[in-house]
Amino acid sequence: MKIVGLTGNDAVAEAMRQLNPDVCAAYPITPQTELMEKFASFAADGKVKTEIVLAESEHSAMSACIGASCAGGRVMTATSANGLALMWEMLYIAASYRCPIVMGVVNRALSGPINIHCDHSDSMGARDAGWIQLFSENSQEAYDNTIQAIKIAENPDVLLPVMVCLDGFITSHTVERVEVLDDEVVSRFAGEYVPKYSLLRSDRPMTFGPLDFHDYYFEHKRIQFEAMEKAKPVVRDVSERFSKLVGRPFGVLDAHKMEDAEIAVIALGSTAGTARGVVDELREQGKKVGLIKLRVFRPFPIKEIVELARGLKALAVMDRSISFGGLGGPVFGETRSACYGAGVNVPMVNYIYGLGGRDTTFEEIERLYGEMETVAREGKQVDAIRFLNVRE
Amino acid sequence: MATLKELAKRDDLLSGGHRACAGCAMTSIVRQILLVAGKDVVVGCATGCLEVTTTIFPYSAWRVPFIHTAFENVAATISGVETAYRSLRKQGVLNKEMRFIAFGGDGGTYDIGIQALSGALERGHRMLYVCYDNEAYMNTGVQRSGATPFSANTTTCPVGECSTGKPQFNKDLTAIVAAHGIPYVAQTTSAHWRDLTTKVEKALNADGPSFLNVLSPCVVGWEYPSDQTVQIAKLAVDTCFWPLYEVENGKYRLNLIPAEKKPLDEWIKRQGRFKHFYKPGGEELLAKAQAEVDRRWERLLAVSEKPQKQSK
Repeated sequence: MKIVGLTGNDAVAEAMRQLNPDVCAAYPITPQTELMEKFASFAADGKVKTEIVLAESEHSAMSACIGASCAGGRVMTATSANGLALMWEMLYIAASYRCPIVMGVVNRALSGPINIHCDHSDSMGARDAGWIQLFSENSQEAYDNTIQAIKIAENPDVLLPVMVCLDGFITSHTVERVEVLDDEVVSRFAGEYVPKYSLLRSDRPMTFGPLDFHDYYFEHKRIQFEAMEKAKPVVRDVSERFSKLVGRPFGVLDAHKMEDAEIAVIALGSTAGTARGVVDELREQGKKVGLIKLRVFRPFPIKEIVELARGLKALAVMDRSISFGGLGGPVFGETRSACYGAGVNVPMVNYIYGLGGRDTTFEEIERLYGEMETVAREGKQVDAIRFLNVRE
Repeated sequence: MATLKELAKRDDLLSGGHRACAGCAMTSIVRQILLVAGKDVVVGCATGCLEVTTTIFPYSAWRVPFIHTAFENVAATISGVETAYRSLRKQGVLNKEMRFIAFGGDGGTYDIGIQALSGALERGHRMLYVCYDNEAYMNTGVQRSGATPFSANTTTCPVGECSTGKPQFNKDLTAIVAAHGIPYVAQTTSAHWRDLTTKVEKALNADGPSFLNVLSPCVVGWEYPSDQTVQIAKLAVDTCFWPLYEVENGKYRLNLIPAEKKPLDEWIKRQGRFKHFYKPGGEELLAKAQAEVDRRWERLLAVSEKPQKQSK
């Protein structure tokens, strides 16, 4: 193990170097660009065995990834925002073909108007595409998540693609302290990918991607649903094994000072780091506050969230994306639905924040906890959707 | 070059029982290509007639590895397969020699897939891309495409009181592909078996991307009796609407110069999609279509090596 200064982009590229995929097909887009540049330099220096496809678009990049994965290769890529949107069609196809592709998604606001800075509208829009989604708080977690992602994706019970999300610029371009494992340790942890089927087996020809009508399509979708359910214990198992390897705790979520908390916030990505600092400061003032950092958004950790929400007096859910005409952002919708079904009727507020890279400061989150104290005191459901730090 | 007798003895790698229409040229193109390619290939296929008629789950007509992902991206998909092959070969995981063939219709090639095709050609993947060109979106019911000829009747540019069918000429895709400077580009038809199989062999031996634009007459969209597919394809060549030629390492070569260039009318009149050519005002359409065929043919003659013998 060594400790180095890496940006989030560098950290994912470093993990990719260690995982040494057979094929990487990608297209550059801000703020993902440096990630692929870094990985391309590893390939140029012969540090990986990877064959790179420098595609002419993200749609083709993901198409090539699917082709390479069906040919039995370990496949990785990365993108952001509009690039992810251009892949849209192929995201669903990658998942339904059960291609264990791992993709770094450097979160950026989805146009329009065009904006290159962070929010989660890109990956949240793809939440129903059938990909597992891991969110990273910082460069370290972007590195850790990438290594775990391969292990989860390639598990024979899962065989689903995984997005490793990290916040554009905030994480992707900030140099942070990162503990990097030895190459052999990563290789041993990840293991070899042994594909069950391959297009390159002409002695056992198979048809990938046939026309699937109403007589079978539904069953195939049902099987895909089960694969995502099976991913839940696999994610937990991989987290535990990785925890043992690095000596740092990992779970589907990180419950920070939640044991006796009365007020809690759910956040994901870099904002969770800021919120953790706020919680620590408020705790010093004797306030019973906590934080639930979501690391895994798909599959959504329903049981874990419900258990933590039970007994709270107020819960704020932070969404860095927006659902127009919906009942709050995607994290809020999932959380409230999970809680209601389990009989947990805690007053819950959705905070939409940070769209298009709007800075979300320590003070803003402190104010948010303050507002939640009022909600807790009044003990009843209030206006469900609030906007943090926006000019009205 | 295998003789017809030799080819006939080889395994048919596309089984019968698929759902293509009677008289469809597309499946005979595929079968001829696979006779040359053999079983160590991976076939990629764009969404379209070929994919929907040969792979209705739980059945598949393919006796070779096959992948379909979407409509606009078969070139990209097969480029990923080919890259994985190169990677695994380089690592010594795989020792077998394999070939990669992508099939797309004219919709998936001339129109929605041209970007992915261009990208894959420019990157230099060793693959053969075959466009089976039936000159419209036949799978979804004869909508016009960039390959639809001038004034053909389609369901999205129907002939009507104020319309004489498609107002534009068809795109010269073979020339567009040739402009990529890849090792081998050719045009042929489903009906010229020796020309087609010779070109497939050359294409598969090219050290880099290769491309075949194969005219594929369509009974439904072109509106002719299903036993005339071969004749219709031959007439397209004899009228010089669809010349047989190749571009090998940048050199244009005409593979057939008809001894007597037939008037375009002989091809047009056999097809229901052009029946308005024979109503008042139709002479003008025919003259315009003929002029464009002549212009393209003259251009091709000017840039091409000529075959030694002319066909009878």
